[in-house]
Amino acid sequence: MSTKMNVSSKIYLGLVYFFLYAPIIVLIVFSFNESTSTSVMSGFSFKWYGELLRDADTINAVKNTLLIAVVSSVCATVLGTAAAVGIDKMRNKYLRSAIMNTTNIPMMNPEIVTGISLLLLFAFSSQLLGIKNALGLHTLIIAHITFVLPYVILSVLPKLHQMDHHLSEAAMDLGCTPVKSFFKVVLPSIMPGILTGFIMAFTLSLDDFVISYFVSGPEWQTLPIRLFSMTKKRVKPDMYALSTLIFFVMLVLLMLINFMQARGDKKKEKDK
Amino acid sequence: MEKDIIIDLKNIDVSYGENKILDNISLYIRDKEFITLLGPSGCGKTTTLRVIAGFTQPDCGDVIFNGKKINDLPPYKRQVNTIFQKYALFPHLNVFENIAFGLRLKKKSDKEIKERVAEMLELVNLKGFSKRNIDSLSGGQQQRVAIARALANDPKVLLLDEPLAALDLKLRKDMQVELKNIQQKLGITFIFVTHDQEEALSMSDTVVVMDNGVIQQIGTPQDIYNEPKNAFVADFIGESNILDVVMKEDFRARFSGHTFQCLDKGFGTGEAVDVVIRPEDIVVTTPDKGMISGTVTSVTFKGVHYEIIVDIRGFKWMIQSIHEQQVGDEIGLVIEPDSIHIMKKSIYSGKFGDYSSFSDEIDHLSDIEEEE
Repeated sequence: MSTKMNVSSKIYLGLVYFFLYAPIIVLIVFSFNESTSTSVMSGFSFKWYGELLRDADTINAVKNTLLIAVVSSVCATVLGTAAAVGIDKMRNKYLRSAIMNTTNIPMMNPEIVTGISLLLLFAFSSQLLGIKNALGLHTLIIAHITFVLPYVILSVLPKLHQMDHHLSEAAMDLGCTPVKSFFKVVLPSIMPGILTGFIMAFTLSLDDFVISYFVSGPEWQTLPIRLFSMTKKRVKPDMYALSTLIFFVMLVLLMLINFMQARGDKKKEKDK
Repeated sequence: MEKDIIIDLKNIDVSYGENKILDNISLYIRDKEFITLLGPSGCGKTTTLRVIAGFTQPDCGDVIFNGKKINDLPPYKRQVNTIFQKYALFPHLNVFENIAFGLRLKKKSDKEIKERVAEMLELVNLKGFSKRNIDSLSGGQQQRVAIARALANDPKVLLLDEPLAALDLKLRKDMQVELKNIQQKLGITFIFVTHDQEEALSMSDTVVVMDNGVIQQIGTPQDIYNEPKNAFVADFIGESNILDVVMKEDFRARFSGHTFQCLDKGFGTGEAVDVVIRPEDIVVTTPDKGMISGTVTSVTFKGVHYEIIVDIRGFKWMIQSIHEQQVGDEIGLVIEPDSIHIMKKSIYSGKFGDYSSFSDEIDHLSDIEEEE
């Protein structure tokens, strides 16, 4: 960063960061508050974290959230990688950009629209199949796979582009069948992209509220939904504690993504 | 059919959409031969290589390997290995694992693999590099690893797709010698693709000159240089003065207002033909002693010789001479009968004119774009 930065731009930067982080800092601070007060800090304690851990509903919601995040991000990573490979192989420019745009639309689509449309789809298809109470874990997982899929595709595709396309030919030349050459050569080359896509999918699934809210049904609660239902009753600091925990989990995951990207860039620089 | 023919291409056609990339290519390659496919970018030389490797399916025609038709044999079952233009080394594997790649697929024992890789590293002068990362190697070293990786599989034929294009001049010259040595030491067939005519002439047993998906000429480097079949070959290989000529009779050709003795016959009396005269074959003398004479329009010092452009009746000749001339001087030229090579007219006649628009830069522009 330039050392010549003048005072006004420093103030501006300070303000930007203040407004970005003030709410989170307040949240974290009050999660350690001894009393339930939202204005007075009466003492430091882990009381609310303890309370949180004793709350069976919350623990259950954490379990659900993790289960959904793992299953949906793994599925989305496999599907997304396969899709990216297919899109990358397309020779027809128009078809390719058409497919890419179709993939991107769910990302730009308002989540609430995606949520409602998925709900409608599930309701419609369960009626068609004659299933009662169709909403539950499986619909949550299907919904999550649906909305994280484009992110996986988008993080794998650039790696495929960067890859020397003669690599898989070279592998075949040396005796690999096309399938073997994919697993032995192509997959290791695009692995950083796949990992980034996976973590991104995991993160997105973890903190999704809007879509989950529509497709979860009455019996399955994810953490964000649990949080939302807690706000409906009485706002207690254990909610701050929970939010703080979610914030740190996200922070760690995002840092992991950044770290991996930075390492990839560094490696590229070394190549030059 | 000769016994020692290893690869035989018969009437190969390849097109991508509307574009005809290869047009009726027929070519046989002898065992243990160093053969070069030479031509400008987009002439179909790389595609020919890909047909042999199995990456491109010909629309029609046969690929025969050791007497067997292998059109439908996938690349991984062919006894040929390729060195790619940008080497295509596997970045996630180290030097050892790159070279061992093919051997591991063949399920060789660890001991065998170790020995073979060591042998290959020795062959390409990379002893002690086995644990190195691919990214940490220079272009020349990567090139060597690519050669080792391909040769470790003990191929019958090695295909090289402009392997030296990415190296600088000095390194390229060294690698030329080294590749030739490796080829002779191992006694396997090399099929080498290049757009560099000097490289082709200095390394090959046989040169195949291609343009527009058509083979223009096949021959030894000497044949190609001394007896080009048409104006394209003459122009592409080395410098040449190509003139329109009328054959007076056998052994007598008339151009530039003089009837020259030559060694060619079998053309009809009065037939229009092309003649090629290499700049180094022209002897400079005084105007009165010369068969033809003209004015010097440009002189460039090239180190070994001077490149002199002479205007004779509106045609700009290039002459390479060790004696300096002054621009504006009147000089005479003597051309011996064995310096004159007569060619039949072809579609290329008239396309390659004189040196009136000659510039070094244009001549040295060479693109190493891939043809795909």
